[in-house]
Amino acid sequence: MSFFRQLLSNRKANIGLTLLGVFVLIATIGPYLVRDASEFLTTPLSPPDSEFWLGSTSQGQDVFAQTIVGARTSLLIGFLVGIVVVAIGATVGIAAGFFGGWVDDVLSLLTNVFLIIPGLPLAVVLAAYLEAGPVSIAFVLILTGWAWNARVIRAQTLSLRRKDFVAAAIVAGESRLRIMFFEILPNMTSLIVSGFIGATVYAIGAQVGLEFLALGDVSKVTWGTNLYWAANNQALLTESWWTIVPTGVCVALVGFALVMINFAIDEITNPRLRSEGGWKAVVRAAGVTPGFSTPVLRRGSLADSNALADSSAPALSKEAS
Amino acid sequence: MTYILRRLGFYLIAAWVSLTLNFFIPRFAPGDPASALQARFQGKLEPSAMAAMKVAFGLTDEPLHVQYFTYVKNLLRGDLGTSIAYFPAPVSEVIGKALLWTLFLAGLAVLVSFALGTLLGILTAWKRGSWLDSVAPPTFIFLGAFPYFWMAMLLLYALGFVGGWFPLLHAHSSHLSPSLSLEFIGDALYHAVLPAGSIVIASLGGWLLSMRNTMIGVLSEDYITMAQAKGLSERRVMLHYAARNALLPNVTGFGMALGFVLSGSLLTEIVFSYPGQGYLLFEAVKSQDYPLMQGLFLSITVAVLAANWLVDIAYVWLDPRTRS
Amino acid sequence: MSSTPPPAASRARPGEPLLSVRDLCVEYVTPTGPVRAVDRVSFEIGRGQVFGLAGESGSGKSTAAMAAMRLLQPPAVITGGEVHYEGRDVLAMGEDELRAFRWKEIALVFQSAMNALNPVLTVGAQIADVIERHENVSSAQALERAAELLALVGIESSRLRSYPHQLSGGMRQRVVIAIALALNPPLLFMDEPTTALDVVVQKEILQQIAELKERLGFSILFITHDLSLMLEFCDTVGILYAGRLCEVAPAKELFANPQHPYTRGLMRSFPELHGPKQRIEGIPGSPPDMRSPPSGCRFHPRCSVAIPVCDQEQPQLITLAAPALARAVGAETDTPDAPVGQQRGHRVACHVAAQTAGSSDV
Repeated sequence: MSFFRQLLSNRKANIGLTLLGVFVLIATIGPYLVRDASEFLTTPLSPPDSEFWLGSTSQGQDVFAQTIVGARTSLLIGFLVGIVVVAIGATVGIAAGFFGGWVDDVLSLLTNVFLIIPGLPLAVVLAAYLEAGPVSIAFVLILTGWAWNARVIRAQTLSLRRKDFVAAAIVAGESRLRIMFFEILPNMTSLIVSGFIGATVYAIGAQVGLEFLALGDVSKVTWGTNLYWAANNQALLTESWWTIVPTGVCVALVGFALVMINFAIDEITNPRLRSEGGWKAVVRAAGVTPGFSTPVLRRGSLADSNALADSSAPALSKEAS
Repeated sequence: MTYILRRLGFYLIAAWVSLTLNFFIPRFAPGDPASALQARFQGKLEPSAMAAMKVAFGLTDEPLHVQYFTYVKNLLRGDLGTSIAYFPAPVSEVIGKALLWTLFLAGLAVLVSFALGTLLGILTAWKRGSWLDSVAPPTFIFLGAFPYFWMAMLLLYALGFVGGWFPLLHAHSSHLSPSLSLEFIGDALYHAVLPAGSIVIASLGGWLLSMRNTMIGVLSEDYITMAQAKGLSERRVMLHYAARNALLPNVTGFGMALGFVLSGSLLTEIVFSYPGQGYLLFEAVKSQDYPLMQGLFLSITVAVLAANWLVDIAYVWLDPRTRS
Repeated sequence: MSSTPPPAASRARPGEPLLSVRDLCVEYVTPTGPVRAVDRVSFEIGRGQVFGLAGESGSGKSTAAMAAMRLLQPPAVITGGEVHYEGRDVLAMGEDELRAFRWKEIALVFQSAMNALNPVLTVGAQIADVIERHENVSSAQALERAAELLALVGIESSRLRSYPHQLSGGMRQRVVIAIALALNPPLLFMDEPTTALDVVVQKEILQQIAELKERLGFSILFITHDLSLMLEFCDTVGILYAGRLCEVAPAKELFANPQHPYTRGLMRSFPELHGPKQRIEGIPGSPPDMRSPPSGCRFHPRCSVAIPVCDQEQPQLITLAAPALARAVGAETDTPDAPVGQQRGHRVACHVAAQTAGSSDV
């Protein structure tokens, strides 16, 4: 079964993909369906009611509209940064792992240094010197976020390099670039996907953080600036919880969806992590409590169990005469 | 021992890369923040301080390498320039006091979160499919998906404003001055409950998940089967055979994640007006205090590097294989 | 070993084997249905005897042994058969009973000592913890015993404080044996105890095991894929193929007169040390996919002498009649005074062998 088919048949992945799909849909068409998110529309700081479902901000803007509109920039930057980060990570990681020697020494050192330098303070310094806005934020996030993927992909490249098909390609005289991107890269699909997801989670979170610090363009409506204005206008003192809760919950739901997909990828690539649910169900169905020692289920109990009703293996049915 | 020294060498390189980045960022930034800065400071600073500031921002006409050496020399003397927001205090002095509060808050939160997450990871992996295993990981993954500062705002709102059980801001009550008295320490801990608590809640899931994953990997090792075959008690197999080994890769991960968690805790400080590095960073951004911002970047980096070195020492203590 | 009691030989009842495994079945629960890894395997081990279980990797030999100690992890389940140890029903034991039973009665020697030893605990701690667990002794006494056990396998007591990575491969394997002997168990399961070592060390370790067995009188279940080791070491040998026993016989008899085509194939795939040079031939094909094993005799797709019935009916293990054996191997038949519990006779599960040799059903 291919990696993507396995992903689609995993329950956690399905939860994550569905949730993510909803948010992508909201970000795409949502802004056309709601009121203007920047306009002064109603009494400032009015709590949620039937007209303004999530109440209004201290500027009298519609919180519901702001939440929907904010999704667009935040998700777009998140995914873009995710893609670029994975591309850089893959290039650096594969190059380091494939060439080895001094190339690896230099790239690994660089990777490890960027991994250990705390991202937010560096991002703040960078963002402060750049013109405020989504492009600067994206640039800063890429610079502070690429290292993790490079490290993981380098490790995987090292182990793939020892495989026969790579050795064969080298002996056959294929060009190095070809081997790196047509032999090695396709064998890291799951790693690339999970790296992309991880980078996107980071990008969305860090972007919200930087904008909360007023390092974004505060005139644009994004999830980060929503929270910045809420905090700036003393949302807590005025007890207007509706100005912070919706955006925070959206950020968390997107993050949760992405992490669930990564959780599923872990399960697919590492069979040990897969749930032992089937085994447990079979053992329980036979009236035995699962423990640390191998359970004893008397003859026939396995084939009778409902948990494996679709059992096609002949083991018990045919031969247990 | 060679391991520890090798790591130290790496941290020195990392520190050098950081300070070099710090040197070049203002010089290569688009626009001209440096001359804007000069305009702002004209007439405010003494000539000597002005000169130092010029050096720090590449406003001298000297060639780049000379500027660089002057910059490094000043850094080694502990001279990070003068703060604008806290004018005329030197940056090093402004940072000095705040660093302790950050180390206290972030250190407390990280240790509690790592310990709790690891413990939950051990238990969920050991009793797979149990009630705990089906509830704890998804719950903490979900909680971990919230931005740290948002979690801080929520706790502050619910337990501070509405509940009124915890102080709303600052690191200690204003009527107490910092000392090592029991009263002051208790007061500081009381003030740390909400900010540290929000960091713990938001970061616990990561430790839980990685410990659970490595535990599950370790549980299929032969030495675990052997321990079970020896008839050892469940506790001994779980802690001394499984968890002791699963802890090792997680301690390495702990070091690498420190910078990340610290970044989150900086934002948390802002929510609670906690007088640490994060709050200063916020002030620096608000008043465009570039010297302070850059000084903070360096001091936070050095703190993270030092913490990582401590983690390395702990690792050597935990893994006998690194000792020889 | 002055402080350890002699093996539980006193509990011996005449006519009863130490370990008796009957029709043991082990299955793995998989999303596509159960996979039977061990299918109705039976064998007995008498006191002081060495029973060998041979087969390719994946044939179920380790699985059968681990199942007998109830040590298989999910998704394995035992779905049938009986395991009796000195009359005690191992399959009916509860968790606590099993913890007390393990190592005290049956200890394990793993294939790879590097993987079997906990890398973060000292050798001493790993010997002492099992003694403290099962016997009412202080930790000082347990460490003293650990030193004695190391001496028994020829390692100086200063190594108690060493960690596994500080020892050579041979030493690690000796440590594993010392841990196995810690409670002076009547029975040892040895799963390829020397495969991970180089040939010289292999010989040394095997010799040491033989000497210790002589001295302490324990029985052994010896698991290997190396038939020449079997001949040297075992009293009785069982050959497993795809989870089923296909031939069981006294070691010498099996080597002199293999009946099952698979056994013969296995023998041909090893060079003979003595006797005329023979071409080494492997067995064509590869072991079956256990998710959908072949019908009838599981070996028939690879068998050169298969007849029509082979893919229809599963052959039963039958005892070859004595005359057939006499005809085949001359004087060398079962000695009437063979120790109690030893597998008598020569049993084979093969339609072809049954036809040609003449047999009596069990």
